[in-house]
Amino acid sequence: MIEADGLEKRYGEFIAVDNISFVVNEGEVFGFLGPNGAGKTTAMKMIQCVSPKNKGKLEVFGMDVSTDQRKIKRLLGVVPQESNLDPDFSVYQNLLVYSRYFDIPQKKAENIIDELLDFVMLKEKKDTLITLLSGGMRRRLLLARALVNNPRLLVLDEPTVGLDPQARHLIWEKIKKLQSLGNTIVLTTHYLEEAERLCDRLVIMDNGKILVEGKPSELIREYIGTEIVEADNNPAVLDCLNKTSSKFEVVGDTIQVYTDDPQAVMNALLKECDFGKVIVRRATLEDVFLKFTGRKLRD
Amino acid sequence: MSYFDVPKLTGSLWKVWFRNKDVFMKTIIVNFIPSFAQPLLYLFAFGFGVGNSINVMEGVSYIRFIAPALIAFGIMDASFFECTFGSYVRMYYQKTFDAIIATPLSIEEVIAGELLWGATKSVINSIIMLPIFAIFGIIDFPSSLLIIPFSFLAGLLFAAIGMCFTAIVPSIDSLNYPTFLFITPMFLFSGTFFSLSLMPDFIRYFALAVLPLTHVVIIIRSLTLSQPNPLMLFSFAWIFLATLLFFVLSINLMKKKLIV
Ligand SMILES: Nc1ncnc2c1ncn2[C@@H]1O[C@H](COP(=O)(O)OP(=O)(O)O)[C@@H](O)[C@H]1O
Ligand SMILES: [Mg+2]
Repeated sequence: MIEADGLEKRYGEFIAVDNISFVVNEGEVFGFLGPNGAGKTTAMKMIQCVSPKNKGKLEVFGMDVSTDQRKIKRLLGVVPQESNLDPDFSVYQNLLVYSRYFDIPQKKAENIIDELLDFVMLKEKKDTLITLLSGGMRRRLLLARALVNNPRLLVLDEPTVGLDPQARHLIWEKIKKLQSLGNTIVLTTHYLEEAERLCDRLVIMDNGKILVEGKPSELIREYIGTEIVEADNNPAVLDCLNKTSSKFEVVGDTIQVYTDDPQAVMNALLKECDFGKVIVRRATLEDVFLKFTGRKLRD
Repeated sequence: MSYFDVPKLTGSLWKVWFRNKDVFMKTIIVNFIPSFAQPLLYLFAFGFGVGNSINVMEGVSYIRFIAPALIAFGIMDASFFECTFGSYVRMYYQKTFDAIIATPLSIEEVIAGELLWGATKSVINSIIMLPIFAIFGIIDFPSSLLIIPFSFLAGLLFAAIGMCFTAIVPSIDSLNYPTFLFITPMFLFSGTFFSLSLMPDFIRYFALAVLPLTHVVIIIRSLTLSQPNPLMLFSFAWIFLATLLFFVLSINLMKKKLIV
């Protein structure tokens, strides 16, 4: 579906996307995970053919984004990071006007729109102006708008940013549903839970580069282990852990031991060291993310 | 990418026109009031105010002299404001252009559609204004009917000039400068309220060389008085070439601004 090789994007001197390569296969949900400013949106814009690349190869549906924009865009559905619904129109008119851009005849468009409003549960908001919709409703309408042309590929840029848990779960449910119907979906997010739940495969990006790629569960197993044992950070524990061959990291006033066998680590700690409290928890994608992108604050 | 690349356009650009038309139709009554009220206000102020002290200008009554200028100004006003403030709001605040270029339409087509819509606003304005002037009996028919098709070309010119400003200003507030530095002088020095022949040579030549409204006034005055001005063909050619130039330039400027 998408093939990128050595893809690069500059804004003046600044390199926003730095030599990235990835492949998105038909039918999968592929995630771009990364902190703010990682270059996710920039990558999405190149895929959507609205921002020209500077270097490398980028093909969507086997077509070059620099030459076949119109054909690619016809087969693409896009939910942008920032809502660009038309405030001059109602919910229904937004979809109708948008369907025109895809040359969908009005009669057919009206049927599609009815179905889509059902799908995103906005039927009773049909005649409401955009400015009167909640954040969650806007996101759902954006999703419906992206589906108007029955796209082969959906690009969702932070589909749940700023939503409350209910609204977020609803969007997740819709994304799952779309995947089960055979859609290919590319999404960006900085919510780890979202990526872990939705993505078949993902890349973690930072500073324009791809740091790691894989299936969420494999990434966790490979880089963290299935479990994490957290203990208080004190010299005795550190000393003790240094004697064993455990993988661990000091995070503020706790020590995290990465392991597939928490029982053994616990026993070792209990037997040989003097320590305060110990917690065992499942390793998550968040641990992988923090390991790769560090704990430095972003803005 | 140069400033004068010929834009690749398809019929899809009319979808942008339709989008703007649909919005216009939603508030059609409100949209008509300014088109209606503005020429009337000017007519009363200048026609009856100034007209009482100036009886004749270029051999016609003062009110018949300024009527075509008011029509020309209405045509300019409609498309210039549509493609400055109107387009700026759609581009920057509403992100309408961003939404449209995610569909098969290109940015060139979006801007071309905006320009054609701007020109259409001028046509609508002239259609509203003509009956008012007709009621006062100060424009001649049937020649004045030609103003309607002509207002599309003239409107397109001011739409394109406006769009160039929209592409280069750093913020919406800066759009007040072209209004002040371009529209206001033209309003006064384009043979609108005073005959160009009363002006010093340098103003006359300046007006003929670079002020688009001068040429629009020449043509419209020829039509309302049904007296062809010797400069009419020259003015038409001037408008035609300038429209072509600014049409292409504005599209390229907008492309440079929005496609980064
Ligand atoms: N139009 C632009 N001009 C200059 N810099 C930009 C532009 N768009 C994005 N950037 C910069 O590129 C980097 C990546 O941005 P973006 O792709 O939006 O990141 P993300 O979506 O991962 O948060 C950021 O540092 C951002 O400031
Ligand atoms: Mg982003």
